[in-house]
Amino acid sequence: MKVGVLGLQGDVREHLGALETAGASPMIVKRPEEMQSIDALVLPGGESTTIGKLLDRFGLLGPLTERVARGMPVYGTCAGMILLAARIEGRDEAPHRIAALDVTVVRNGYGRQVDSFEADVDVKGFDSPFRAVFIRAPLVEDAGPGVEVLSEVDGRPVLVREGRILASSFHPEMTGDARIHEMFLSMLDGG
Amino acid sequence: MSDIAKDTGGARVKRGLAEMLKGGVIMDVTSVDQAKIAEEAGAVAVMALERVPADIRAEGGVVRMADPERVAGIIDAVSIPVMAKCRIGHFVEAQVLQSMGVDYIDESEVLTPADEANHVNKWDFTVPFVCGATNLGEALRRLGEGAAMIRSKGVAGTGNVVEAVRHMRSILSSIRRLASMEPEELMAAAKELRAPYDLVREIAETGRFPVVLFTAGGIATPADAALMMQLGADGVFVGSGIFKSGDPVARARAIVEATTYFNDADIIAKVSHGLGEAMVGINVDDIPDSERLAKRGW
Repeated sequence: MKVGVLGLQGDVREHLGALETAGASPMIVKRPEEMQSIDALVLPGGESTTIGKLLDRFGLLGPLTERVARGMPVYGTCAGMILLAARIEGRDEAPHRIAALDVTVVRNGYGRQVDSFEADVDVKGFDSPFRAVFIRAPLVEDAGPGVEVLSEVDGRPVLVREGRILASSFHPEMTGDARIHEMFLSMLDGG
Repeated sequence: MSDIAKDTGGARVKRGLAEMLKGGVIMDVTSVDQAKIAEEAGAVAVMALERVPADIRAEGGVVRMADPERVAGIIDAVSIPVMAKCRIGHFVEAQVLQSMGVDYIDESEVLTPADEANHVNKWDFTVPFVCGATNLGEALRRLGEGAAMIRSKGVAGTGNVVEAVRHMRSILSSIRRLASMEPEELMAAAKELRAPYDLVREIAETGRFPVVLFTAGGIATPADAALMMQLGADGVFVGSGIFKSGDPVARARAIVEATTYFNDADIIAKVSHGLGEAMVGINVDDIPDSERLAKRGW
């Protein structure tokens, strides 16, 4: 099973490290042909505007959208969640998206950088809290009936799953705790 | 659920935003229009300032933090992070920028220093700081003061990449040297670098710079940006190189693309076509010592 990390921009290295800790041998994906050779993909944290534009300009958005539609497991953190979200609300747009996850997201919904925060969150199925890092994080405004909410902060979803799509508004790749990456890898086996 | 404890302003959150900017280009802008061009080109952030370094060199005078009204206009206009520069040691300019909601502060040698001995105590702030450095010792002194991101100083406002190369090579080769040292050699190394011992020891143990390291100062072409990335920079600041060139829209976009595909000469060649005139360069040797901005900062 080949797991890729989209390597256009952002905290690619941290996701590679977390996936290795979780037992995978990940590769960086930057080209359309690489997009075809993988079995699962992580969309890292970064600037969603930048990553979306680069996906579009280098012919990656079409193949990626198609692969996600056909059921390739995908995990998006922060910017990655924005790229996956079906709907964007608020003043900041994100025109180039995969738009496959039935949620409405407000970009920078938790505020600017001075409001960025860490918190211990409870995650469904984990026996101890998860240290979650939120950096100019997207806020999930609502989630469709097919979306399972795995973690919440202040009554808002922060970790969600729909079919083989996993998304978090926080950055599990930054804390050295690989449990969420393990959860993602278990989705590859049909889990 | 609303009683969850949220910790703001910690080192991980401050350094974390810089991690999210890796592989990207941060562009100097002096107006809302320029900020929109930068965002449209794919910049990961913009740096709001009063004048770009090339104009500072040409016009002289005291250079301060940008007019807050201009910074506020830029914050309103774009969705990407907005950085702004304060003068070295001018902690009140930094307080003002933080209160306005700026996402990162660059305590910058490009502005006129406000304190000839001390930098801002950056631990006091919730907003993270990026600082320039010419070598590893200087970079670690800035981290000791609380900076969460470092950039090479290069030689701003010249379109000449030579000093950025020198600074990046110096920092990275010093890291490699520390990584090969015996523990008992590290205190002498810290003394020689004039750097905090704990940070020297951390680098010796991990073999890595502890925060994100961008390059800045003289990047004018897509190939310049890719050169700095291949040398080991995590990302690129471009100052005068874009808006002092013949076709800022095309050049901004090309520098973003060359930074992403920095290892792919075919793509760098392709994006470098038809960009019009690059900014007019200045030979570093022609700059008198008193105007060498990299010498500011202590």
